[in-house]
Amino acid sequence: MNAEVNGVAEVIRAEHVSKRFGPVSALRDVNLSVRRGEILGLIGDNGAGKSTLIKILTGFHQPDSGQLYFEGEQVPLRSVTHARSLGIETVFQDLAMVNELPVYLNLHLNKELVYRPFPFLRRREMKRRAREALDSIGISIPSVSAQVGQLSGGQRQAIAVARSVYSDAKLLLLDEPLAAMGAKEGSLILRLLAQLKQRQDLAIILIAHNYSQIVDVCDRVNLLQHGEITFDKPSKDTSVAELLELVHAEYRLGG
Amino acid sequence: MRRAPTLRPSGAKRPNGAGNQTMPGLAVLSGWVRVKELSILLVTVAAGIYFSLTTSVGFNSVENYHTIAQYVAPWAIVAAGQVMLLICGEIDLSAGFVFTLSPFLLMVFYNNGAPLFVALLGALVLSAVIGTVNGLIRTVFNVPAFITTLGMAFLLQGLSLVISGGSPVSAPSTGWVVTWFGRGPWTEFVWALLIVAAMQVLLSTTRFGIYTQATGGNPIGAAESGIRTNRIKVINFALSSTLAGFAGILQGTRVGSYDPTNGGFNTMFFAVAAAVIGGTALFGGSGTVVGAFLGALLLGIVYDGFNLTGINASAFPVVLGLAILVAMLLNVYLSVLRSRLGSSRGES
Repeated sequence: MNAEVNGVAEVIRAEHVSKRFGPVSALRDVNLSVRRGEILGLIGDNGAGKSTLIKILTGFHQPDSGQLYFEGEQVPLRSVTHARSLGIETVFQDLAMVNELPVYLNLHLNKELVYRPFPFLRRREMKRRAREALDSIGISIPSVSAQVGQLSGGQRQAIAVARSVYSDAKLLLLDEPLAAMGAKEGSLILRLLAQLKQRQDLAIILIAHNYSQIVDVCDRVNLLQHGEITFDKPSKDTSVAELLELVHAEYRLGG
Repeated sequence: MRRAPTLRPSGAKRPNGAGNQTMPGLAVLSGWVRVKELSILLVTVAAGIYFSLTTSVGFNSVENYHTIAQYVAPWAIVAAGQVMLLICGEIDLSAGFVFTLSPFLLMVFYNNGAPLFVALLGALVLSAVIGTVNGLIRTVFNVPAFITTLGMAFLLQGLSLVISGGSPVSAPSTGWVVTWFGRGPWTEFVWALLIVAAMQVLLSTTRFGIYTQATGGNPIGAAESGIRTNRIKVINFALSSTLAGFAGILQGTRVGSYDPTNGGFNTMFFAVAAAVIGGTALFGGSGTVVGAFLGALLLGIVYDGFNLTGINASAFPVVLGLAILVAMLLNVYLSVLRSRLGSSRGES
């Protein structure tokens, strides 16, 4: 049963979500939602709570209070594995890649194929599917058996995105995928996101510091400040200048 | 429940999957046992040839091979567990004292009327419990493994001395259990081979093996992917400890007496040395059980060769030290070389 908003299904909705770490209030009464086929840009200064919010949406942290609705149904996200089983995939800042393992095992990390009921890995099948997945989104790497540690930063990033998309994701969370990347590699990822948006079956939340990229690629922008969402507008109604102004205003006021 | 994502195999297909390809273990071994293992194998063979040419008393005799096997077996079994721990970024300094203690645990059960085989199982279960405690202290309280297992090492050493009263006791000497678990010629070595094979298959062909490598290679990333890294660590601590306990029982039973001065840091460090010489990275992520076995084999051959050629036994640690340093340097150098080759290939 999907909740329909403007005829488009809402994939995730967070209502009144709060989270504290000891004395630090990381998130305060956060409300957020994304629909299928939509890319939501999430911006905010360091320490504003972006990563905490992502980690709650991905089951890594549990909120102290508030509710999460996935496809209209209220769910507590008990763990990363649970969230992934629902179709919530994340590309973390550190990519969650294991350098010592080959590409195809990284693509299947924690979702390895085995000869059920035996616990043995189906390596050949995993290689085949990995090749297929990378081809389908146009990423070229020398070999799926290459160790991830031998690939360039952009290739690793692309593989991390491919991993999330390939596993039937319904919600894709990207935590600063462009931060550690050159312009060329960054545009590869942005092109990939635009391509994914075309499919209309995926909701994406993108965290980035480059506001012009956000305005370009996202449909809507949310601004997090001190754990609260203080701004929510379609990106066609805002501009880089306005976003910069909002983020920097608090410092000017504070002196 | 929602349908699992498509990366999982599609439901009921291929229930007989394990059989219709080549044996997964064998297919994978060729991929996994690579340059490092091959180079250590060459060095081991070279050492064998050297000693068979230079020793006047027969290096090449079945009795001498048996002697080497007796050196190698306990190191290889303990190393098989240490490799798993090292790969997931941990170490067990107490393994050598589990080796010391487990025969006395067996005797406690045995003297209280348990059949020998049951006593053996009881000792192994307690060894596993010791490892689990190590793992829980490590993961729940976040105490570094080095400290946790150092404390456990002394604790177990003391416990062995208390239980034994400080002197050796004779091991049980009759029955099939005694024959199969140490007394029968070559049984200790055969157990070592079986364990090495089983652990290598576990490491390179199962999800657990991949999780162990992921846990050591990128602990945060593994956790973010939903792998329960703490659980993986605890299981490996338990596994390592169980193997050490088993090796202690085999060794004592073969010799015919359980000695509270057996094992200890010596056995543990030989096992770690075997693992390192065999190509295991000390900071986690990579390594093989077969490599560690070859490392143990090399140590056994050199140890035996030194005895036969009459070289001062004091010189052995010199060679051991050099071997570890050279192996470590090779490890570092090879991985630097490989990443350079890899990145230059990636750019072009």
